[in-house]
Parts: sequence; C-alpha cells; structure tokens
Amino acid sequence: MRLKINGVEEEIPVMTVSELLTARGIDPTARFLAVAVNGAVVRRSEWCSKCLGPGDDVEIVRPFSGG
Amino acid sequence: MTDPFLIAGTPVSSRLFVGTAGYPNQQVLLDCLEASGAELVTVSIRRISLEGYAESLVDLLGGRCRLLPNTAGCATVRDAVLTAELAREALDTSWVKLELIGDRETLYPDVEQLVRAAEELVRSGFTVLPYCNEDPVTCQKLADVGCAAVMPLGSLIGSGMGIANPAAIELICSRSPIPVVLDAGIGTASDATLAMELGCDAVLVNTAIARSHDPRRMAAAMRAAVEGGRLARLAGRIPKRLFAEPSSPQLGLIGS
Repeated sequence: MRLKINGVEEEIPVMTVSELLTARGIDPTARFLAVAVNGAVVRRSEWCSKCLGPGDDVEIVRPFSGG
Repeated sequence: MTDPFLIAGTPVSSRLFVGTAGYPNQQVLLDCLEASGAELVTVSIRRISLEGYAESLVDLLGGRCRLLPNTAGCATVRDAVLTAELAREALDTSWVKLELIGDRETLYPDVEQLVRAAEELVRSGFTVLPYCNEDPVTCQKLADVGCAAVMPLGSLIGSGMGIANPAAIELICSRSPIPVVLDAGIGTASDATLAMELGCDAVLVNTAIARSHDPRRMAAAMRAAVEGGRLARLAGRIPKRLFAEPSSPQLGLIGS
C-alpha cells in the first residue's frame, strides 16, 4: 500500500497504525509518541484497530527540544 | 512572604520558564534546568526521524518539570492546531504555547491566524499561551478568545536584543486580564529583571541561557534576575526626578 509517512511517499505492506510503527522500527508501546492520519490525531488506544488506506497521509511525531 | 502565580487556576512555582533548545549537550541542559528552578519547560513536537538526542529528552525531563509543548514553526492555523493536538496526545497535557509564524526571517507572529487558532484550541479544551506581538490590542483579543496567558515578544526570537519597547510591555501588563509572560529577545539577566519590573508575571528564556559562555551560571543568573525583578515590582520603585535629593540629613553639617 502506498502511504505518505512524515512527508515521504512509500510503498509499505501494513494494515494498521500499529503495524506501520513496527515496520518502521518504532516500538508502538514507547511513551510520548503521537500519530495523525490525514490531519486527525489517532489515539493510542486505536492504533491496533485503525486501518490505513491507500494514499493516507501519516504523521508520526515525538517531543524534541524547543523554545 | 507569599506571592502565588497562577495560570488558568493552576499554581506555577517559578516565574521563570525555560526552553530546552540549543544547549551544548544534554547534561548542561539538565544542570541549567536545575539551576533555573523552572517548573514550566518548553519542548517542540517534531517528526520522529529526528531521533537520538530527542529520544530520551522527555524521559530525562519528565519527572523534574512540567513540559509545555510549543507549535514552533507552524505557519497555518491547520498545522498549529494539529501540532497542539499531537502534543496533547504525546505528552498528556492540554497546555500549549501557541506559535503561529507569519514571516520566516523575523519569526513575527501572524496575528490574524494566531487569534483564530487560539480560539479554536480554547474551544477544544486547550489551555493556550500564545506567543504574540507586543501590542495591547492583540493581547486583548487573545484574552477575549479565552487564552490563559499572553506571551508578548521582547524582541525577535533568538536576537538577544532585550525589550525593544518597554512602554508597550508595561502598557500590556497594566491592562491584561490574564498573566503576561515575556517571551523572546532576552539577552542577559537585566532584561529579565526589567520585564518583571515592568509588570510581567513571568519570563521565558532559552537562547540567552543555552548559548551563553557558561549556561549553568546564566541559568542561575536568570533565576535571581526574575526573583529580583519581581520583588522590586512588588516593592514599587521610587519616582524618577531630574535633580538631586540629598540622602543624608541637611542639618548639623559642620562649618554651618
């Protein structure tokens, strides 16, 4: 399935947000992560159930240093 | 002597807020936060490809202080609102330092979009602290839409130019129905003191500490500066006068 992940288009065989995180080497149980799909936050409790569709725009973020 | 400081009804233990960017290394950052005594500490929200240093930042800071996520770099209402929502999910806080930048070179806020984004976030249950122009009308509009504090700029972000328009900051402080936190432009301790003397409720400092020659010492200096400025504000300065007024008694001078 073709997804846009943090601004970069990729072909990646995953069904859910949780699977996408794992496929990208990100531990879905790690704290302080947040995910949005097509401009809407997907709550952590929905990561296992939220199905992704072709062309979805996924943002995966975490806190960083800032002023 | 008690001098409580509340934002949205929540006590904040220090009137110095500190940013976490640009320190020589992580240990210096931690030492500076300790020396500053700050409770509220700002962080940004970024895509996860920025790893390494970022990975452990929150774990390191989490227990020591309260994290205040920002929307730094956002240039549209949509991006700022989504960043705030992601921050709420990532950090489990509804507090956000709202930044909506209208010009990449000066990092001046886009006031029109800022007010709209603030209104939208307040409606969604956020406690909004907007970085804004040092303009009493803008600050009033932000208070009117329900912001918990305003954060007018002293001068441009990272410029170290201090408080470019002290009269405007004083005016904002005298009128604002919500706390005023001076944000941006602080270059050294006296700038922070001046902000407090002008009536600001708190000050946010990042670059002036992080990029100083000795950040740990500057963090301690900022803490003392904010405390000193606040005490002076409460004490009330003497009026300025054009001519001298002797401090020593005028009677009993020898030779008179």
